[in-house]
Amino acid sequence: MAALSVNNVSKTYDGNPALRNVSFTVDSGRVLAVCGENGAGKSTLIKILSGAVQPEAGEIALAGKPVAIRDPRNAIELGIRTVYQELSLLPHISVAENILLGKMPHRRLNWWVDWPRAYVVAADELAGFGFDRIDVRALVSELSVSEQQVVEIAKALAGQPKILILDEPTSILSARETGILFGKVRKLTAAGIIVIYISHRLEEIFEISDEVIVLKDGVNVLAAKTENLTRDALIHAMVGRSLAAIYPTRIARPRATLLECRSLCRAGVFKDVNFSVRAGEIVGMFGLVGSGRTDVARALFGATPATSGQILVSGAPVAVTRPADAIANGIAFVTEDRKRDGLALDLSVLDNGGLASMDRVSRRGVLNRKLQHKIVEAKLDALAVRPRGVSRAVRQLSGGNQQKVVLAKWLLLDHTRIFIFDEPTRGVDIATKVEIYRMMADLVSAESAVLLISSEMPEAIGMSDRLLIMRSGRIVAALERSELSMERVFALAVGVEIDRMTA
Amino acid sequence: MTNAVRKPLATETAPSRRARFDPANVGFAVAILVLVVFASVATDTFLTARNIVSISRQIVTNGFLSLGMLVVVLTGGIDLSVGSILAFAGLLATGLQQQMPFPAAILIALLIGLAVGLLNGFIIAQFRLQPFIVTLATMGSLRGLLYVYSATPKYPIDPLFRSLLGGGFIGPLPVPALLLLLAAPVVWFYLNHTTSGRAVYAIGVNQEAVRLAGIDVHRHLLAAYGISGLLAALAGVLLASRLGIAQPSVGIGYELDAIAAVVIGGGILGGGGGTVAGVAGGVLALAMVDNVLNLFNVESYYQQFLKGLIILVAVLARRKKD
Repeated sequence: MAALSVNNVSKTYDGNPALRNVSFTVDSGRVLAVCGENGAGKSTLIKILSGAVQPEAGEIALAGKPVAIRDPRNAIELGIRTVYQELSLLPHISVAENILLGKMPHRRLNWWVDWPRAYVVAADELAGFGFDRIDVRALVSELSVSEQQVVEIAKALAGQPKILILDEPTSILSARETGILFGKVRKLTAAGIIVIYISHRLEEIFEISDEVIVLKDGVNVLAAKTENLTRDALIHAMVGRSLAAIYPTRIARPRATLLECRSLCRAGVFKDVNFSVRAGEIVGMFGLVGSGRTDVARALFGATPATSGQILVSGAPVAVTRPADAIANGIAFVTEDRKRDGLALDLSVLDNGGLASMDRVSRRGVLNRKLQHKIVEAKLDALAVRPRGVSRAVRQLSGGNQQKVVLAKWLLLDHTRIFIFDEPTRGVDIATKVEIYRMMADLVSAESAVLLISSEMPEAIGMSDRLLIMRSGRIVAALERSELSMERVFALAVGVEIDRMTA
Repeated sequence: MTNAVRKPLATETAPSRRARFDPANVGFAVAILVLVVFASVATDTFLTARNIVSISRQIVTNGFLSLGMLVVVLTGGIDLSVGSILAFAGLLATGLQQQMPFPAAILIALLIGLAVGLLNGFIIAQFRLQPFIVTLATMGSLRGLLYVYSATPKYPIDPLFRSLLGGGFIGPLPVPALLLLLAAPVVWFYLNHTTSGRAVYAIGVNQEAVRLAGIDVHRHLLAAYGISGLLAALAGVLLASRLGIAQPSVGIGYELDAIAAVVIGGGILGGGGGTVAGVAGGVLALAMVDNVLNLFNVESYYQQFLKGLIILVAVLARRKKD
């Protein structure tokens, strides 16, 4: 008898089927990977298991006993904990209180919070995770996104779940943190816990899972033991195309240097950063979370300016102290966190796409909305944004299409020739990844320069003509395409920490 | 993350115009209509010219304040100082008439209102303070200044000041109502057809994304609070000219009526929603309720109670269902 069995579960939203007769079983202590493209029904399945939505048909049984998961609270009582991709932490309270939310330790009087103990308990939870360097007294808003993710997972584990659902937990974790997470997952499964693991990263699915189900258009199209699967078979089931086509083949034809930085420094974050990017070239920047790669990008764009050093555009020194300076010099920034920094989700596609280029379609502050509509629509069509139409809220678009809107925003500024991509494919499905890679290839073939910041090694290696490797705020190596290998890049990025990883 | 919000998109409804098709709006329009029909049938006084002029007067003050409040609310802020600005501008416009002709006094009153608004915006943008606190401080200190200024003796004011503005008519329309009818499209144009107006909408949804798009967020926050201050001052001048006297205690609590009108009209405190049409509906609804209750001689305590209920119903009706 399986510990978790899902039988013929179906769910429709407004008449559109999101899940159709999905069935699978998982035994105790197994890791089940749920794969599928965006919109395939993964999220709906998670929501049903975590009680956020109710299925219209079908049955879920725990240890053979049918259960109705009425609401999220009920799911938690049944021992099902979910770590959502969207962080559910409260930013303005401490890490400790977030981890222990709803079960703060108290003194004999049950309204008197035992703060000293709360800090100890929370710190233990994090330490069990290998993250003792996160201060449990810090506010969550002071942490980096990846640290927040770690806290989110620690919070779920503090509930001692029987079934742990991880929704793309590694999309914002570095390689080292992912390694630690996997170690933890193995410990959990050894203790008989079921882990349901959702990820776009195939390497991870093969590394961590015991079983795989693939959803496509709401239907369970494949269910197999991981050991019996090949990568190609898995990809084929998900998208109906094979692996070779992911990274576009290009021949780099670098021209004049467009962007250069000399001795760039931001006190306490990065220092002595020197590199250049030429027209027609994709330069990658790889590093662990906290290595300073995103900070360098933000400095180049003026979002958090450098404290010393020089930035040159087409050979001429420029002052970049705010984003408007960078934009005036033809630099565009596709940010790491689309939702936080890149888009106003509740505004229309038109307003988002046209945000940076309003000056182009206005005279003395008065907008020509018709013209704006026309140029934004034309650009979105050129990028094949789906669904068409610029009046819907950008929130309604899929991740990949949202990313295209961000790109359109910058492409509408005609003089933009330097594109900084900060983790552009985080949380998007394979088909969209391919499109984003193709967009980058198109940009460089049109004489633009691309700086690609990535924590996904296959992406960094697959896309870069040159790869800069950052560690602890410095560029420790710059490798040509021919010198790139997983082992070498990883060793350079991790540096002295390599022993800890393999331990 | 995104597939979670993927909903069927078969119908091409335009979210930017969503407010217009919101069933809650239709509900409110119908409610106002029912009220009008009911009042016209049940009383002989409702449809008289005198009563309609009286409604228009009620609408004018809150109308100007609400338009300004809308702009500020769209940035994700709030302006609690409008009542004090209104009173201050009214006092200046009358008091300064001892030293100068009344148009100059009006101009100074309006400029001071604008300046106070800009100051609000400057402090909020520059020091990243919460609009609630900053404008609360402005509201308090300005009210204090008012009493200081009004302690000096009053002199008669220019009769033209009264007959041209507050007491004036152009055709059947009182001058203040006409000015409001002109101001509303201007604010609408600002919000929908200027770069600053679009930036205001976007700031309310995601300020950081706007900054990273190379837009000067400070400037637009300044503009938003400046507009609110200017409109509040205009409302104050018009009110003083209608009453013929400016009292330091006028305008207390007016900011709440303005916020109520914005919210009833679909505005979202914290940014991300609100239209001029919605605000017009909100202002109209509040004024109608006041007027009809007055015609039925309902005590003002019950009026307040009912207004509170209306705000609650409006917010409940617009609650997002998910």
